[in-house]
Amino acid sequence: MTDLTVDLAMALLEKKEISALELTQAALTGIEEVDGRLRAFITVTREQALAAAAAVDARRRSGEKLNPLAGIPMALKDNICTRGILTTCGSRILYNFVPPYDAAVTELLREAGAILLGKTNLDEFAMGSSTENSGFFVTRNPWDPERVPGGSSGGSAAAVAAGEAMFALGSDTGGSIRQPAAYCGVVGLKPTYGRVSRFGLVAFASSLDQIGPFTKDVRDCALVLNAIAVHDPRDSTSAHMPAPDYTTFLDGEVKGMRIGVPREYLAAGIEEGVKEAVLGALKVLASLGAEVEEISLPHTDYGIPAYYLVATAEASSNLARYDGVQYGLRAESANLTDMYKKTRSQGFGDEVKRRIMLGTYSLSSGYYDAYYLKALKVRTLIRQDFHRAFASYHCIATPTTPGVAFKIGAIADPLTMYMNDVCTIAVNLAGLPALSMPCGFSGGLPVGLQLIGKPFDEGTILRVAFAYEQNRGPNHVRPRISVRGGAFS
Amino acid sequence: MKITVEEVAHVAQLARLEITEEEMRLYTDQLNAILEYAARLDSLDTSGIQPTAHVLPLKNVFREDIKKTCLPLDEVLANAPRAEGGMFRVPPVLETEEASQ
Repeated sequence: MTDLTVDLAMALLEKKEISALELTQAALTGIEEVDGRLRAFITVTREQALAAAAAVDARRRSGEKLNPLAGIPMALKDNICTRGILTTCGSRILYNFVPPYDAAVTELLREAGAILLGKTNLDEFAMGSSTENSGFFVTRNPWDPERVPGGSSGGSAAAVAAGEAMFALGSDTGGSIRQPAAYCGVVGLKPTYGRVSRFGLVAFASSLDQIGPFTKDVRDCALVLNAIAVHDPRDSTSAHMPAPDYTTFLDGEVKGMRIGVPREYLAAGIEEGVKEAVLGALKVLASLGAEVEEISLPHTDYGIPAYYLVATAEASSNLARYDGVQYGLRAESANLTDMYKKTRSQGFGDEVKRRIMLGTYSLSSGYYDAYYLKALKVRTLIRQDFHRAFASYHCIATPTTPGVAFKIGAIADPLTMYMNDVCTIAVNLAGLPALSMPCGFSGGLPVGLQLIGKPFDEGTILRVAFAYEQNRGPNHVRPRISVRGGAFS
Repeated sequence: MKITVEEVAHVAQLARLEITEEEMRLYTDQLNAILEYAARLDSLDTSGIQPTAHVLPLKNVFREDIKKTCLPLDEVLANAPRAEGGMFRVPPVLETEEASQ
């Protein structure tokens, strides 16, 4: 039953052919069946989920007009606050943190009647590209349990790919939705910066973070975006701009649409199998009447260094709040400074410490201009590249990642790990919307096609994504770890 | 520009992190590798380029100055490692003679 898309499940719920309770029970059974191997969930909220599902069914029986997502079982990344439900950020320092409030997106989904199944694993504080940096355990890739699901939203991606949850939310600071979506063969969208409220999203890098959906297909992506793209006065960066109904863009029409393919994103370092799959997808779009042309984004190579200076600087400031005073872990000490130091040293993992140190250094007296300010200026150049490209093109297409999912433990060096973000990172620096969707396989592992749009033009990338999805041919391959009945209908 | 072991120790102190000798050496090497990579930014001429701290053209965002309800005190303190009398309890801030012994 959980092999259904949100769209199909909605129709069945509406016709009362299935109930939210049945759907939720099926999802919970699925989690019991596979999560011992997959390990996508940090917390499963079984009792609350069943109660919420029964409540939705009661409302439907009483004839109430319900939101499209009412009764749909879903999962949230564990850095999204959930009132009364453990929210760890994948960190030992928040091992016992139970938020007294809901994030804006939690509230919106709760009000819509979506059923929270639980909280998914992530790299600690969303810092990583493999979910190996979780303070608790490593999540497996459903296509090959020896491999990583990507990160940092690896739990959300794996849960949707394996059919545990019908959709999930993640957060994306430098690719943390799109890269795991690519590695797990699902659709993942990072909306425009400001499109979705960050209220209640535990901050990593505030000028880059954005929440977005993981879904089985493009229509579901539009449906979930409809529910969460809402202005929120509690986030001062939340856009004061009404969102369109994103499903209205799903007409399959791409004739005359101009798609730019930056040559820098297909250059050295991109695996042959990935390149082939992406070029194959572009051929399909061209055959539908899109004009696919090579373009240049000349500052692409500077994205990673600029990003790692900006993101770590913001992180070093945001993570200063974890000091053992108000919540989470405390290492008792005779004086306050020692308590801070011991708490932070015991509570944070290796990568988080490294990033706090890098950020602290680049902001420190004497280095600010050379590193942080320089990176902010380069960020302007990267934005200008996109701005110029969007003067002539409706959207930009690239691979989502340079390769397919790698083996657990294969990348030990931090800098090599950062290179995984080479195709996704500039999008965050520029604040643009971008989507990753499956476009084939390389060596039996999913490949992601990334579509990048103009600010607040999620509609166009959904249109192009939908057109490709409708015309790419059927995909009958299922992940090795998946709930009986399979993840893909 | 190379970061030294002493600078790493200083940065750790600023970030309120306690790191071992071994971590110190490891972080020094790793941070140097990252900073060396970051040095490629120097090859770009950014004179006259405005920095982008934020992509949205926002200035100050205000709301009406009206009283709103806050979270109840017991809920706010529920996550505190130690709370007392409606407040967070912490160890002494100033070194006392007793604490320094």
